[in-house]
Amino acid sequence: MSLIIDSVSKRFARFPALNGVSLTAPQGAFLALVGPSGSGKTTLLRILGGLEEADSGQVRFADMNWLSMPARERKAGFVFQQYALFKHMTVAQNIAFGLEVRPRATRPSRSEIRDRVAELLKLVQLDDLGKRYPSQLSGGQRQRVALARALAIEPRMLLLDEPFGALDAKVRKELRIWLRHIHDQAGVTSIFVTHDQEEAFAMADLVAVMNLGKIEQYGAPADVRRDPRTKFVSDFLSA
Amino acid sequence: MSGFKNPTRDPLALRVALTLLAVGFVGLLLVLPLVIVFKEAFADGVGKAWEAIIEPDSLSAVKVSLLAAAIAVPLNTLFGISAAWAVAKHDFRGKTFLVTLIDLPFSVSPVVSGLVYVLIFGMQGWFGPTLADHDIHVLFALPGIVLATMFVTFPFVARELIPLMVDQGRDEEEAATSLGASGFSTFWRVTLPNIKWGLLYAVLLCNARALGEFGAVSVVSGHIRGQTNTMPLHVELLYNNYDYVGAFAVAALLALLALLTLIFKTILEWRYADELAAMLRR
Ligand SMILES: Nc1ncnc2c1ncn2[C@@H]1O[C@H](COP(=O)(O)OP(=O)(O)OP(=O)(O)O)[C@@H](O)[C@H]1O
Ligand SMILES: [Mg+2]
Repeated sequence: MSLIIDSVSKRFARFPALNGVSLTAPQGAFLALVGPSGSGKTTLLRILGGLEEADSGQVRFADMNWLSMPARERKAGFVFQQYALFKHMTVAQNIAFGLEVRPRATRPSRSEIRDRVAELLKLVQLDDLGKRYPSQLSGGQRQRVALARALAIEPRMLLLDEPFGALDAKVRKELRIWLRHIHDQAGVTSIFVTHDQEEAFAMADLVAVMNLGKIEQYGAPADVRRDPRTKFVSDFLSA
Repeated sequence: MSGFKNPTRDPLALRVALTLLAVGFVGLLLVLPLVIVFKEAFADGVGKAWEAIIEPDSLSAVKVSLLAAAIAVPLNTLFGISAAWAVAKHDFRGKTFLVTLIDLPFSVSPVVSGLVYVLIFGMQGWFGPTLADHDIHVLFALPGIVLATMFVTFPFVARELIPLMVDQGRDEEEAATSLGASGFSTFWRVTLPNIKWGLLYAVLLCNARALGEFGAVSVVSGHIRGQTNTMPLHVELLYNNYDYVGAFAVAALLALLALLTLIFKTILEWRYADELAAMLRR
């Protein structure tokens, strides 16, 4: 029941964005991807989410051939850097979306959906904002709606692309603890992209330092910090 | 008062001048002709204008025009949405070429496009003889008029939607997909609601142009009174026969349809003002 990424590569035009990325993580792990801009973090996340196709390589997750599954069947909850909330839907409708679009046979009833939405609103501490539109929320609130929406589908995997990127340092610190808590409760495997290495090292079970489409070093935060394997990693950590 | 100039005076004078200029132009170029159309139509009284409109040939022209628009506009809407969706939300070879092609009717004179249909479907044309053998009439019949109208109004919907959809990007669609929505579901629940105002505007414009098209339709219609004359063609015919009241009465009806379109749009905007504001704010 673990995640095994095996030499995944991806080029855009002639430019290699991912250059044979491999890693394994146990089920339920919280994994952070760090690295400079353009190192391929988003690309890796999008491949895992099924929004981009890998040129080569394999991914096994929970004993499934992950990359051969269509995106909509993967149940990979994606939290986008720019939120990507549905502008024309209320907060509650946004969160309900993943349940509403299920085929009739597996779709919960109206009242079940309503209850689930209320539960999620509570979880992300937006109890009273269900009727608002995304444009009427602050950045941090939008981010939490995006997370609730991703959690609604009971994801097998949670993919978070710099979810706190647009927020100030204080809010980030609060959300950090809260997000880690939600991850533990939901029991998903999460991959979290961040520019902020302190954030990564504070939150994650495992950290992957990426550079130029490759993983420079991968391991527990304490190990990576104690024993940087390459000059790039030690420079990156001391930056 | 000090000797210094009031810093707002010059801009104010400029503002007044520009406003007057704008109002003057609008009045001269847009309102005046409209007023004259109605004035001429009612020159011999409302009764005479009404008679000119319910006269069989005029009614037939109204019918042909509405029918042509009723076929051409939905088809072009369908095409426009698909084209914009393909261009904005997907990558494929020949995309730029497709966009250029969509613009073609804007750059080609309508008369030329009408002539092209004559070349294709006329008795001396490619398909004319074959179609005639099967008793199918395209030229000088409704199908020709519909085709010409479609050609001319082809770009309206796609042109309006492409920039809108490109601007909106693919984020929401990707979010929908990752939440388990099918392609159709994504389109219906996410893409379409996001473009509905632009789409409405485009359809109204397309409809207005479809009803008003003269050049291309003129070439393919054959001007058969009471059969293949559209409203604009009928106006010309009446005018050339010195039936000024008739010509202006039909013209007034045409103008009225355009005004109704505008009023309809305004009502919708007013009715959904809140929603529009929420969408625009983001
Ligand atoms: N759709 C695309 N077309 C062409 N090149 C792309 C595309 N998406 C990404 N790239 C390129 O692939 C490389 C990796 O991009 P990626 O977005 O994965 O980086 P990143 O690590 O997420 O960077 P950042 O921290 O700035 O978000 C970059 O050099 C980028 O220019
Ligand atoms: Mg990125």
